[in-house]
Amino acid sequence: MTLITRKFFNSAAVLAFAALAFGSSAQAEGNLTVYCSVQEEWCQSMVNEFQKATGISVAMTRKSSGETFAQVKAESANPKGDIWWGGTGDPHLQAAEEGLTEVYDSPMLAKLHPWAVKQHETGKGGTVGIYLGALGYGYNSELLEQKKIAAPACWADLIKPEFKGEVQIANPNSSGTAYTFLATMVQILGEEEAFVYMKALDGNINQYTKSGAAPAQAAARGETLVGIAFQHDVITPTITSNAPIKNVSPCEGTGFEVGSMSIIKGAPNMDSAKKWYDWALTPEAQKLGAASNSYQNPSNMEAPIPKEAPKMADIKLIDYDFARFGGSAERKRLLSRWDAEIGAK
Amino acid sequence: MPELSKQSRHILLLAIIGLTGAVALPWYVVPSGFWAFAWMGQLVEARGAPLFIQALLHGRWQLLPIGLCLLVAIIEVFRAGGPRGTAIAAAGGVGLLWMFAQGLLIGLRGWNASLFEQAFGPIAAQTGFGVGAVICGSALLLIFSSGLALNGLMRGDGFLVSAIAVVASCIGVFVFYPVFLVLIESAITPEGSYSLAALVARVFSADVGQVALNSLTLGIATGLATTLLGLGLALLHKRTNFRAKGLLRLLAILPIITPPFVIGLGIILLFGRNGVATWLMSELFGIPPSRWIYGFFGLLLVQTLAFAPIAYLVIIGVVEGISPSMEEASQTLRANRWQTFANVTWPLMRPGLANAFLIGFVESLADFGNPLVLGGNYDVLSTDIFFAIVGSQNDPGRAAALSIALLALTLSAFYLQRRWLGRRSYTTIAGKGDSGLPAKLPDGVRRLIYMTAVPWLAFTVLLYGIILIGGFVKSLGIDNTLTFQHYITAFGVEWTERGLQWTGRAWPSFFTTIGVSAIAAPFTAAIGLLTAYLLNRQRFIGQSTFEFITMLSFAIPGTVIGVSYILAFNVPPIEITGTGLILVICFVFRNMPVSIRAGIAAMSQIDRSLDECSLMLRHGSFATIRRVILPLLRPAIIASLVYAFVRAITSVSAVIFLVSAKYNLATAYIVGRVEVSDFGVAIAYSSVLIVFMLMAIGAIQLGVGEQRRANRGIQPMAVRGSIA
Repeated sequence: MTLITRKFFNSAAVLAFAALAFGSSAQAEGNLTVYCSVQEEWCQSMVNEFQKATGISVAMTRKSSGETFAQVKAESANPKGDIWWGGTGDPHLQAAEEGLTEVYDSPMLAKLHPWAVKQHETGKGGTVGIYLGALGYGYNSELLEQKKIAAPACWADLIKPEFKGEVQIANPNSSGTAYTFLATMVQILGEEEAFVYMKALDGNINQYTKSGAAPAQAAARGETLVGIAFQHDVITPTITSNAPIKNVSPCEGTGFEVGSMSIIKGAPNMDSAKKWYDWALTPEAQKLGAASNSYQNPSNMEAPIPKEAPKMADIKLIDYDFARFGGSAERKRLLSRWDAEIGAK
Repeated sequence: MPELSKQSRHILLLAIIGLTGAVALPWYVVPSGFWAFAWMGQLVEARGAPLFIQALLHGRWQLLPIGLCLLVAIIEVFRAGGPRGTAIAAAGGVGLLWMFAQGLLIGLRGWNASLFEQAFGPIAAQTGFGVGAVICGSALLLIFSSGLALNGLMRGDGFLVSAIAVVASCIGVFVFYPVFLVLIESAITPEGSYSLAALVARVFSADVGQVALNSLTLGIATGLATTLLGLGLALLHKRTNFRAKGLLRLLAILPIITPPFVIGLGIILLFGRNGVATWLMSELFGIPPSRWIYGFFGLLLVQTLAFAPIAYLVIIGVVEGISPSMEEASQTLRANRWQTFANVTWPLMRPGLANAFLIGFVESLADFGNPLVLGGNYDVLSTDIFFAIVGSQNDPGRAAALSIALLALTLSAFYLQRRWLGRRSYTTIAGKGDSGLPAKLPDGVRRLIYMTAVPWLAFTVLLYGIILIGGFVKSLGIDNTLTFQHYITAFGVEWTERGLQWTGRAWPSFFTTIGVSAIAAPFTAAIGLLTAYLLNRQRFIGQSTFEFITMLSFAIPGTVIGVSYILAFNVPPIEITGTGLILVICFVFRNMPVSIRAGIAAMSQIDRSLDECSLMLRHGSFATIRRVILPLLRPAIIASLVYAFVRAITSVSAVIFLVSAKYNLATAYIVGRVEVSDFGVAIAYSSVLIVFMLMAIGAIQLGVGEQRRANRGIQPMAVRGSIA
């Protein structure tokens, strides 16, 4: 082999390595990195408005709450994110439980609904509620008419024989939404009765999806008659694509999620993170959800409730025990019971 | 001063490059990035200083041995009687090992293990390797390999030893190390101790077994279906008078370049309970709408559609490579068309078929998007792993158990494929004259091909028609009013007084995606084909282990790769999370195995005597690769480049953890739209990506050039350069 080709190879190898070194991570200075777990438009308008209000420049990444939790955990030795905004409350509580989030008492706490403050207390100060989404279901009104079934109004209606093969819900092993449903039934009916109900419901289920919002979309497209999901997920397709799907807030009462926000422990930009935290709890910031077609109920008592959102007066919220059902021991126990009695067919 | 030998000069050059890195370039990652060149003013400060200044001024004495090893190599070069291989190899090896050992032991908070803290007292913290460290490390690695070559390893061919060392260390660092970390992490019991027993119990539990069986069944079915269909398409293309070959190529390529979820969505729009085809069936034939599409058959259909094109690309290279003279020989010996096909053509296609099956099988196992949309109650490993990590279960131990099951399946397939191919020869490209017309296919085979491939193509046209329409209506199936709104939302541009404004929401992720993929593709093809060459043409110690590890990153589901990359590369010594670089590296090592397979399939058809001729004529192995093998490998190079590029654009699960605010990718954006049922924008974005990738593939083919095997015209030409 000639020296020239050797030289060529070696310098090529060295150059390749040098090229790999390109793009070395830049440390943020006076900036803010937000992990956002609601839908992208909402994230984007929050970021824009915050930048306008404070002048802090924001880098935002949108991922689901489960993905963000996995990432925050994996990064805990050298945190890259500052604040985790949005997404269902359980992973936030879990992160708080594992000491991955920073304890912070915002001066805004006094202005929040009791359920948001309770979330803060359950998380020992490591998280706070920013919105509430009640569980419910949606039905496709065109299909219902075709099949000439009376409109359902309660959880109990879904186990009637005419809904055989017409109900869809996510698998509680993969989806927080479906787990909330399981925990809700346990709290409404008591555990034994709840599993009797789940068994009966199982006979009517056509598919356990992976993602929590998928049943609502399937109902909107007419792939299933009924989809069990959070009510705001049911409402969004009626507004974005005019889908024939009707939202139901069940008559027995229902559980809910508390969408949360946490400061990541060891955040590189702690001051900016706290600024975001306080700002995100103001009525001005909480208005932005409805403008982005997200109809959860905001946690600040002065924030206007979007007119499309399910009316809080129409929803019978149960006194959901997040401390018990959010804890990993109870969760594992319920899920393995569900697996044994319903999941394993 | 004694006259230096070629090898000595080579080692000297390497050591000088390494020392330059140690003296003049920042050892650690610089905050503003290397290309900002802000470090040039900070060469004495703790952040920007090179190795020797760090060691002498900032108390980082642990770095000194690295520089000393480079000096030792230089001293050894000038030793009377020439350098000793062992000494050179030791200088390189020890330096490299020391460099990584100190990087792993001393991290962001000083010592990583309290044991050392007690023994040596506190030490200054250090951040990730920077440019200086990377150059030193590369130089040490190459010095190490030159030392081994001096000692006569690989017949003293320095290029080969270096190539093996470079590929092996890249794979070690970017595949083996992160995967190892994630498996270790998962063996931790809830109490925090490591327990192998817990892991074993998990792997062999009944529910993991059931999910693994599901994946295996689906994988075999998909592998067979894609291989047969790919073979049909390849034969249709190369061995029949089928008219619309351009269309065939285009349609066959479409599914590969389609972003995930879109094919599944199209299938639902066609065959879902509310789908167009379902509606027609129920109107015309009275078949009641059902949900058969959600589950095994739907998955099989969509995966066959998605992965058959890869099989087609692999097999077409092999069909092209079969020398017509063998088939002519068979016919001259009075074999009929069927006998020729069965006894000559078919056996020669075996490596291609085996590779196509392996890829189809493994792709099916690793597929994430389709089971997510269409899986129904048919659980498979890839999605279960994802939800074990990010779902409400939050059980990394279960994820590890499922990953191990998935790995075991992939690797067994890989093993069986090698057994089937055995050690026979599949050589068809030799230095001998190679001319003539390919044999005609037997009528039965031809009819079969037309009967499967043509309906399939029609089906593809229909499916993509539906998808295309989806981008131009408000909400397909619900509100079919025509609109351009989705395209304006995603790709709007405005002309203002400040110039062109990219107002569409999709632009930032679009530009990042294209950039990252374009950088990753040539690296993927290069490292893949180099590895293929080493595996196919050379014999060395630890070769089968080497081959095994190259398959790892392909076998492991993207989600696990994503999490493992965060675990491994978020902390020093290699700290690259949040950069574009980590995306490039992830793509290179994730897609490399396909490049390797394509390379091996193509190389096993090229007669070794061609290499030997070149070597005998005093070409080194590098020149042989460049002058002999590469030109014959054009189809494989095209396949690798195209595949690496489009896979980088369309992959989801591996990068979902790695995207950052600055470097977001198209697929992550599309998934977000699908999650909120905004299918219009998702489909519009996907359509734009598809069109873009088609243009890119066209450009790659023009750039690398269609294969020209000059002596295979319609008129058998005079044999050119018949060496033998």
